[in-house]
Amino acid sequence: MAQLTLPERTLQLPRRWPRAFLLLAALSWWLLYGALTPASEVLVAALPVARDSHLGDALQFFFYDTPKVLLLLTAVVFVMGMLNSYFTPERTRALLAGRSEGVANILAATLGIVTPFCSCSAVPLFIGFVQAGVPLGVTFSFLISAPMVNEVALALLFGLFGWRIALLYLVLGLTVAIVAGWVIGRLRMEAHLENWVRDMPRRQVSAEADGLALADRIDAGLASVREIVGKVWPYILAGIAIGAAIHGWVPQDFMASIMGKQAWWSVPLAVLIGVPMYTNAAGVIPIVQALLAKGAALGTVLAFMMSVIALSLPEMVILRKVLKLRLIATFVAVVASGILLVGFMFNAVI
Amino acid sequence: MDVKVLGTGCANCKQTIALIEKVAREHGAAITLEKVQDMRDIIGYGVMATPGVVIDGKVVHAGGVPSVAKIEGWFTP
Repeated sequence: MAQLTLPERTLQLPRRWPRAFLLLAALSWWLLYGALTPASEVLVAALPVARDSHLGDALQFFFYDTPKVLLLLTAVVFVMGMLNSYFTPERTRALLAGRSEGVANILAATLGIVTPFCSCSAVPLFIGFVQAGVPLGVTFSFLISAPMVNEVALALLFGLFGWRIALLYLVLGLTVAIVAGWVIGRLRMEAHLENWVRDMPRRQVSAEADGLALADRIDAGLASVREIVGKVWPYILAGIAIGAAIHGWVPQDFMASIMGKQAWWSVPLAVLIGVPMYTNAAGVIPIVQALLAKGAALGTVLAFMMSVIALSLPEMVILRKVLKLRLIATFVAVVASGILLVGFMFNAVI
Repeated sequence: MDVKVLGTGCANCKQTIALIEKVAREHGAAITLEKVQDMRDIIGYGVMATPGVVIDGKVVHAGGVPSVAKIEGWFTP
């Protein structure tokens, strides 16, 4: 066998010794993560700014948070990329087909987290589900959860605001998806599917095992890191830069009077502003960061974030091809009410 | 070789088309590339995630931009 150079050997590692690669990756990740605080202090100390000045504080925040969030995101996206290779849309559909509502709503919302999903695929996915006999409400549980409760949102919330807020977002997002889907199911809206969708022949579905090796799943994980982290890092940088910049300059309670707990109308307003806005989880994080830092109430901000990610105008336009207007309106109304409730609950409890 | 790319014109679909064209050119494979953008036709192929790739009537890929290695596999006998 020809001599390999060191970089070539490293590239071969995930293919030839996948387990060793995973172990090594986890270990180096852990070491890097542990080195973040000292590294950021060293970096700021090397710069010609006083450590205890506003600027020094802001720089330390930036130099610590940026690699931390990027590291977290990379790890989560990699693991999700591997998981995604188990839960193809076909397999998820086979798991959901023929189940009755209730339990199936919970299952659908949960599968929405781990099944790869892109809003441009919403229509073929929707039809694929309906054709296989997945109940309408269950399909909606999936369609609501898949974009809203995604790994990027969770990793960013975890990195910037801690695990409690990430967990809260996860639980509430799932709850909204489960309940909204269930309600839509109860409303018996099947008549409001476009006619050609309703008249489609049903088909039996099954999903056979894909037979992927661990090395293939690692490849899938690496591919999604390249794709997702490669796409969202500028947003994250912008978000943390905003967070660092207002760290100390804008008064702490600047937003409190208009978006604080006392202003009950701030939750519906946040949802109203959020629905027509369209961006992904990474794009909304800078705004969330800025609002929270300046005294906006957590429930209001989470409601804003959920409505931006879960309900968007372009997705409605795409869905219009398969749903009649009344069903789309119902979908938006039910989900928006769910988000509203989450916002109010949060502001009341915390 | 008759290659169809299924997708409603999202960024990933355009990327897939460009990538297939490039790889086919590099391998000197003679292909006719066609975009299938009508939702009913896409669904007719039974894919649930776009972009999808159909070669000579058979679905070979669905969901996300295919890797270069995968595309090369289609064009090398």
